[in-house]
Amino acid sequence: MKGLRIVVLAKQVPDTRNVGKDAMKADGTVNRAALPAIFNPEDLNALEQALRIKDKYPGTIVTILTMGPGRAAEVVREGMYRGADGGYLLTDRAFAGSDTLATSYAISCAIKKIGCDIVIAGRQAIDGDTAQVGPQVAEKLGLPQVTYAEDVQKIEKNFVIIKRRLERGVELVSTPIPCVITVNATAPESRVRNAKALMKFKHAKTITELQGADEDYIKMHDDRPYLRIEELSVADVEADTKWLGLSGSPTKVKTIQNVVFAAKEAKRLTSDKEEINALMNELLANHTLGN
Amino acid sequence: MNNVFVFCEIDEGKVADVSQELLTKGRSLANELKCDLEAVILGHKIKNIEKDIAPYGADVVHIADDKRLEFFLTLPFASIIIDLFTKEKPQIALFGASTVGRDLAPRVSSALFSGLTADCTSLVIGDHEDKKAGKKYDNLLYQIRPAFGGNIIATIINPDCRPQMATVREGVMKKEIYKEDHKCKVKTIEVGSILTDADDAVKIIERHIEPRKIDIKKSQIIVSGGYGVGSKENFDKLFELAEVIGGEVGASRAAVDSGFVDHARQVGQTGVTVRPKLYIACGISGQVQHTAGMEESAMIIAINTDPSAPINKIADYVIEGDVGVVIPRMIEAYRKNSK
Repeated sequence: MKGLRIVVLAKQVPDTRNVGKDAMKADGTVNRAALPAIFNPEDLNALEQALRIKDKYPGTIVTILTMGPGRAAEVVREGMYRGADGGYLLTDRAFAGSDTLATSYAISCAIKKIGCDIVIAGRQAIDGDTAQVGPQVAEKLGLPQVTYAEDVQKIEKNFVIIKRRLERGVELVSTPIPCVITVNATAPESRVRNAKALMKFKHAKTITELQGADEDYIKMHDDRPYLRIEELSVADVEADTKWLGLSGSPTKVKTIQNVVFAAKEAKRLTSDKEEINALMNELLANHTLGN
Repeated sequence: MNNVFVFCEIDEGKVADVSQELLTKGRSLANELKCDLEAVILGHKIKNIEKDIAPYGADVVHIADDKRLEFFLTLPFASIIIDLFTKEKPQIALFGASTVGRDLAPRVSSALFSGLTADCTSLVIGDHEDKKAGKKYDNLLYQIRPAFGGNIIATIINPDCRPQMATVREGVMKKEIYKEDHKCKVKTIEVGSILTDADDAVKIIERHIEPRKIDIKKSQIIVSGGYGVGSKENFDKLFELAEVIGGEVGASRAAVDSGFVDHARQVGQTGVTVRPKLYIACGISGQVQHTAGMEESAMIIAINTDPSAPINKIADYVIEGDVGVVIPRMIEAYRKNSK
């Protein structure tokens, strides 16, 4: 079988799972700066599925596509260190304020530009938990979608056989190529960085990151085109700005409220036998327990 | 036209709980908006299924009954819903935040260019003023959801696009019979005129779905354990207490991630939302991720060695002590006093 072109959608997200004390400012708002920016966890599961296909079908090219500000190039590099062949950073001021639909439109334009057989993404990103971008990209590209994938088992002729993990079971489906697949956290974890790839791509940079570099460094980049992380703008992907940013987003955020625990006085007890006995008696008496 | 629509899912041959919960919510929204509530259900051999829908307040049920719709598949389901919504122009469309709804709803919203808000925890009708554009909107759907790992609560609106779409997790809304004999009109969807060969692209090769076993949502008493319980073995004591007092065992994400208990028992944003009459939180620190799924419990007892654990702030009783010591004493006290 000929090698496939796979695009892995990856997002740089604040690590919302480790919201410590410094993550909240004194006024109760989220201090984004205190949260480390990480590779969205399920996008790593997606990358692993792509790399497994590459292992099985030589000649397969795995490309990372991320959308975000300049610093999101970090996600592309991380993907390259783990085995991806290269990547793109989709970045433009016109994307600011995009909801999932406008984001999906931008990403679908970029995928059309890059060209690919299979798009693989994480099921959802931990900063929003919406799980919308995968299916919306599929719709925008007019491709079938397979969500909640746990294992891309094999590729036969022009079909992919995929195991899906549902709420209470599994489903094995076949989908024609091209298609969009979104991968669950229950899928195998991503392989770790590969020392050789790390050496090879350590200096991979976007054109913006190269600004101000000395001549030797730029020459090294000119000599080794694989070090270039391609930056894509709205113009590069031929997107219509009408469908981007706030104007392309049907949903608007009306208000944001920080979660503050309501203060309520709790009765304090110790583990003393008598105190617990009295509590259980009280619960029985007011019918919280028993009938 | 411009009614409230609920997409109903089928689970084990019946209308899914989450769909009936949404019908109840949809009914109250429709009453407030003075419009009808319409349901749509797709499946195979689902004659008379409207009997499980009408009592929750649906005025109209659109039914598509076809072999190709026996199991959920994105493409044919999406084609039918997109066709129906294009014709009927709902102002609001609600989906369960299940593996089906979270697959289908985004595809539909993309095709219709209508906004979609995932995993709403509250849906309210309200007004909006866009001062910049000088526009006023009446009766929008406020789609309220936690975001940013549960550290913020966002209210989302779709001022200009219809339908206003939202998904809601199972157990978040309460289901209630509206009228046992509520009159509802059945409309048949002509599947043959909508589906094309392209809708058959994805095929199911095998399917293994376990019958629904653990369902802690239905329990009035939940004994829940967190990372602080320490081990799978220590969870046995929680199971014992739950059995003695007639409850179910729940868990925090940390306990599930540590392999102490099955994911089906997880309470919180990535698990189920519960509102029992008694919630006993054992060794749970009380991250927002968890409390978002249980803070509406009528009574909360927190057992924790940490006197400053966040859970204590929402608890009615705080027992400062070791779970391994406190729980056996609770079992003993219950046995002694309940006779």
